[in-house]
Amino acid sequence: MSNPHNQSTTASTHTAELDSPFRDNLARRQAQAGIFKLLVLMATISAIAILGFLLFSIARDGLPWLNWAFITSFPSRVASRAGIISALVGSAVVISITAFMSVVLGLGAAVYLEELAPKNKLSQVIDLNISNLCGVPSLVYGMLGLAVFVRILGFGRSLLAAGCTLALMILPIIIIASREALKSVPPAIRLAALALGATRWQTTWHHIIPAAAPGMLTGIILALSRALGEAAPLIMVGGVTYIAFLPNSLYDSFTTLPIQIFNWAGRPQDDFHGIAAAAILVLVGLVLITNGIAIVIRAKLEKKNRW
Amino acid sequence: MLKTETNVDSLGVSSGDALAKKLAEAAQARFKIRWNEIIIVKFLQLCAWVSVATTIAIIAILAVESGAFFLSVPVWQYLSGSEWSPLIEPRAFGVLPLISGTLVVSLGACLIAVPLGLASAIYLAEYASPTIRKIIKPTIELLAGIPSVVYGYFAVTTVTPLLQGLFPSTEVFNAASAAIVLGFMVLPMITSLCDDAIRATPRVLQEGGFALAATKAEVALHILIPASMSAIMASFILGFSRAIGETMAVALAAGSTPNMTLNPLVSMQTMTGYIVQVAMGDVPHGTIEYQSIFAVAATLFVMTMLLNIVSHIIVRRFARHWE
Amino acid sequence: MVIAAENLTLAYGDKRIVKNVSLDVGGCTVTALIGPSGCGKSTLLRTFNRMNDFVPQFRLVSGEIKYRDLNVYAPNVDPVYIRRRVGMVFQKPNPFPSSIYKNITWGPSINGYEGDLDQLVESSLRRAALWDEVKDKLKSSGLALSGGQQQRLCIARAIAMDPDVILMDEPCSALDPASTARIEELIKELRDRYSILIVTHNMQQAARVSDHTAFMFQGEIVEYATTKQIFNSPKQRLTEDYIMGRFG
Repeated sequence: MSNPHNQSTTASTHTAELDSPFRDNLARRQAQAGIFKLLVLMATISAIAILGFLLFSIARDGLPWLNWAFITSFPSRVASRAGIISALVGSAVVISITAFMSVVLGLGAAVYLEELAPKNKLSQVIDLNISNLCGVPSLVYGMLGLAVFVRILGFGRSLLAAGCTLALMILPIIIIASREALKSVPPAIRLAALALGATRWQTTWHHIIPAAAPGMLTGIILALSRALGEAAPLIMVGGVTYIAFLPNSLYDSFTTLPIQIFNWAGRPQDDFHGIAAAAILVLVGLVLITNGIAIVIRAKLEKKNRW
Repeated sequence: MLKTETNVDSLGVSSGDALAKKLAEAAQARFKIRWNEIIIVKFLQLCAWVSVATTIAIIAILAVESGAFFLSVPVWQYLSGSEWSPLIEPRAFGVLPLISGTLVVSLGACLIAVPLGLASAIYLAEYASPTIRKIIKPTIELLAGIPSVVYGYFAVTTVTPLLQGLFPSTEVFNAASAAIVLGFMVLPMITSLCDDAIRATPRVLQEGGFALAATKAEVALHILIPASMSAIMASFILGFSRAIGETMAVALAAGSTPNMTLNPLVSMQTMTGYIVQVAMGDVPHGTIEYQSIFAVAATLFVMTMLLNIVSHIIVRRFARHWE
Repeated sequence: MVIAAENLTLAYGDKRIVKNVSLDVGGCTVTALIGPSGCGKSTLLRTFNRMNDFVPQFRLVSGEIKYRDLNVYAPNVDPVYIRRRVGMVFQKPNPFPSSIYKNITWGPSINGYEGDLDQLVESSLRRAALWDEVKDKLKSSGLALSGGQQQRLCIARAIAMDPDVILMDEPCSALDPASTARIEELIKELRDRYSILIVTHNMQQAARVSDHTAFMFQGEIVEYATTKQIFNSPKQRLTEDYIMGRFG
């Protein structure tokens, strides 16, 4: 009950409850508040439920097809004989190229922009530019790769072109995440090193970067996980869906796990849906392994950074 | 005087000549350090300029190739034509069916992502305990980390059959399926941005509302949301921008038939879907088909850039600045 | 008695902030709550309208808050019911980022006010001594006012709810001396209709404005009497020391 009083029991010069110009609507309002709470809760649950449903359906569809033969076979027109070895190797090689390029360029740019560059109009423009690049669709990066790496630089439709394209795509993400990590290093460390006579570069290399390393690593791993799952830009750069050999050189044609998944998921037969789901499970496994390695490395780095 | 003595001790020499030699070497080493450092800093500066080069390259490539396209196809014909058939005779180069397909799928996605995203942000910001928040927020973030192809798979194997069960006229490829999965892909972004916006409103404002005998729902609806409205609107625009740039899920679910219709249960092709369809075939450089994908990509690029700029402007001009 | 605390003990987590406090506030009076910072006066004040419900660690360990006959913390009592009758003015003026008119009418409209809203706005602003300054710009933003005006707007807003009690948590500490003086005048006028409980760290303000004063120290009420008595002939040594400024 929300209105236990009908009369005030203490005399006062204040208007009595019965004459109040306020209508008693508390019960209705609290009922509305209860419905509101239920609605927002249901919205949250629906998002999580979809996630659960999605993971469940992939596991249900894919686990029956997931075995060692699947991982080590080449694709085939017959679903029961098809496997992902070429896609797996393709993904691994491409991600390695991407990792090398984007980490070097990304960390380099982040360190320069955060620690060494003068803070002027030009650096503001560069900042704006980088955050705009984050909003560019991945497909457009694919077209950039097609025009620049495949054609102008002559890499052809190759692993190398794929790696470079993905590197450009995740570069803004790595730069922003690394800058955040650098920003969070306590200024005291920087000031102490400078006061001891170190140059800006020495301070950065010996003190700031090691301190920011765990945060930078997390950003890099998240960006690479994202790159692992990308198909659109790699299709633009020439990733094909039927590769029956393992690559010999960086200029070979290639396929990757997401492209293979795309191909199989697009077929009408249920068998191909099954192996698509199995391939998704392998992709998820790869992402989990990468993240796991990152967590371990990060923990080791953080141990050194007790300040 | 004391300083020189210390230097001498640390250099470990005994005679004057040897001392002079050591000092010269030390000076040279310092000079080398400076020179090495300058090279390193220059290299790092170059890394930063790669990002600028990327933007310039994107704009240049899109401009050059679509420029070539527009030499063959007048811009007005491209922008106003309602038939898109660049690969098959009779050829037509009106891009409106692709734009309409993109809008139907993306607006459909926002129909899901916007209410659910805002509602779950309110729950996270106002109702969830810190423990629950710590679990639920990263879980919702996981939705954003799932690759687009996986959503495409889910659309084709689960969502479309579900829709066909409910609405028997649903085609095998349909926009609704793509819109639904796209909605859940974009939802985490909206939830996260709205959650940040709501939590940024000062506590005193909320307390003022409660002190005036308002229920929790009334404070959320009448005080918190209006106060963070600009950031919330910006999140919707960014979500929409993300949706129109999505490729794989849409290509798998919505099909490759350009179709200018509002009926979400039929197949239609989006701008991104078309580009990927052409790329999977073998289209030689210099042909009109090759150039057409750059024209479509340029259109897409302009659209996303405009949307991102608008959301920036909304936040900067209309955001409330709590001191 | 309009509102009272009876043997009240409050805690944040394990730490007791208010210890066995009894405080009885009558109708149409101004009661000041003074004491050094950290003595628990703000916590006590916020307990009267259940604003402490929003602090996760807050616990009412023992005792009661009584609003007339009602036990404010009884499980079947809706805090919203209490807050309609026990209003609050905060330390930092916090008008909503909307028009002056809406600031005043929002609370009453959601609480089912059935009278004339225009009249309500005018009478509230008059009673808050703000009407003459803003009567021509009721549709302009509440945030565009000066600090002192914003605080008077917040008082008008609280008055519009037709409360029994108005709780004030150091309402002048963010204001300049001129605004402070105006608001002190206002408080003395408001005494005619409302019971006011005001927390202040400014002893002189308490002496100027209140009828009764309670002195708190380390969570306990050391002395509670008429203002005249507290400031002229305090019974406790501690009270006298605080009044004399021997500690802070």
